[in-house]
Amino acid sequence: MNTKITIAGVEFKNPVMTASGTFGSGMEYAEFVDLNRLGAVVTKGVANVPWEGNPTPRVAETYGGMLNAIGLQNPGIDVFIERDIPFLKQFDTKIIVNVCGRTAADYVEVVEKLGDSPVDMLEINVSCPNVKHGGIAFGQDPKCLFDITKEIKAKAKQPVIMKLSPNVTDIAEMARAAEAAGSDAVSLINTITGMKIDIHRRTFALANKTGGLSGPAIKPVAVRMVYQVANAVKIPIIGMGGIANAEDAIEFLLAGASCVAVGAMNFVNPYTTVEIADGIEAYMRQYGIESLTEIIGGLK
Amino acid sequence: MDKKKKEQAVVYRQQEIATGIYDMWIETSLASRGRPGQFISVYPQDKSTLLPRPISICEADAKNGRLRIVYRVAGKGTGEFATYKSGHRIDILGTLGNGFPIEAAKGKRAFLMGGGIGIPPMLALAKELGSAAARDIIVGYRNDELFLAEDLKKYGSVHIATEDGSAGTKGNVMDAIEAEGLLADVIFACGPMPMLRAVKAYAQTQGIPAYISLEERMACGVGACLGCVVKTRETDSHSHVNNARICTDGPVYLASEVEL
Repeated sequence: MNTKITIAGVEFKNPVMTASGTFGSGMEYAEFVDLNRLGAVVTKGVANVPWEGNPTPRVAETYGGMLNAIGLQNPGIDVFIERDIPFLKQFDTKIIVNVCGRTAADYVEVVEKLGDSPVDMLEINVSCPNVKHGGIAFGQDPKCLFDITKEIKAKAKQPVIMKLSPNVTDIAEMARAAEAAGSDAVSLINTITGMKIDIHRRTFALANKTGGLSGPAIKPVAVRMVYQVANAVKIPIIGMGGIANAEDAIEFLLAGASCVAVGAMNFVNPYTTVEIADGIEAYMRQYGIESLTEIIGGLK
Repeated sequence: MDKKKKEQAVVYRQQEIATGIYDMWIETSLASRGRPGQFISVYPQDKSTLLPRPISICEADAKNGRLRIVYRVAGKGTGEFATYKSGHRIDILGTLGNGFPIEAAKGKRAFLMGGGIGIPPMLALAKELGSAAARDIIVGYRNDELFLAEDLKKYGSVHIATEDGSAGTKGNVMDAIEAEGLLADVIFACGPMPMLRAVKAYAQTQGIPAYISLEERMACGVGACLGCVVKTRETDSHSHVNNARICTDGPVYLASEVEL
């Protein structure tokens, strides 16, 4: 049985990854999870300089999900290269660095600094709903997405994954723009913009007023979007959005994702990623599937 | 330090000890690690409420492998916990956070101050301090439902304040200190933000250290999501910005190091 999958020349031992922002750089969850078991660790977004992030409260629970407005707090790329990459290099897993920025120049600076680092892929966060400048602005207009993808591709030494926002009218159009600009893969979905109100205090539950919705509540939306994108582009897809178990992960694979990422559910069960890796193998045994590639996009 | 772990614990017994305040003993392998000021994450079983609820350790009984948590029903998750009977199995993760620095009290006179649902960790602390430090335990309640006051009396002199004046000093814990003319060399406190601000200001005036336990909305509880941060005076060594993670770097901070 072969659970390996290759995206843009990078071979992953299995299709299970962590979703950016839910797993730090793996240090905190290494107490629970053997990182060697993961296809890849996708890091928390990192910018050219340290970001303070948003005021608290930054998180709020909602029915079957949660809202967050962390605001991409991060220590900046220099600390990240010095501390986080060497930590991850101790493990036999692939490293995908999520890159965020306020301007195109910010993104390019990070991408260039990572050029000589031993990281396997770059995931470009053009879809964070919680920062006022940059971020999602690049991810909601196909022309902007095309331009920034092009600019990053021209500088990047590693293969590039553009992370798509679901907060658009037509996600397939966005995926086509990323593909046309040379993106090696796309990942989707980022969180869905939402809001929660505390009726007793008559205030917003989050200091940022709005936040990104994640968790099982968004899974059907994510599966639908992965399916749409899979039908629109030829580049590989990393699917995410509310994945809680192997059954959920297999839905994404069948819809056309080559890999899957676990996000909010890490908070609910820190062992989710490894349980999914095991569950996918059990599913393959159950149906006599020799290679993972047989089920990717394998809807009848 | 022991690795954090998620495990299934068993409810040993539970009772309501004041209106909406529940006292639960659970059987868990984490009992021997529970230090005062640390907390555990308790997961509701109803999966519409996904996130764990951080609840402070009120008492640890390592010998019998039990932890005591005392919590207020604040919503759907804690509402579910309140229905649990003996023998019920629950998922918990722990033990989390740094805890109170016991050594900071050695040979000193300490205030242990708890306000409302900030009172429970003071029991664990009072017990742990043993004979290491002289202490006054100052606790503030809404009314005469004086939960845990009897337990606290076993470990020190207890001073009570109530908002409605139905027991002890009318007012809050700061009013009780003033009314009774109490003095200390070091403060340990847990309670609502206005109380912690007052404690911080008082400690500054007195020129004494105050260790305060903070609360914030959390998601992961283990330092990964960056949901629960507090503004810090100095740049935090992990974040490289002026934000420290309450779940991991805290919840206990020296008051002078954080902005409230």
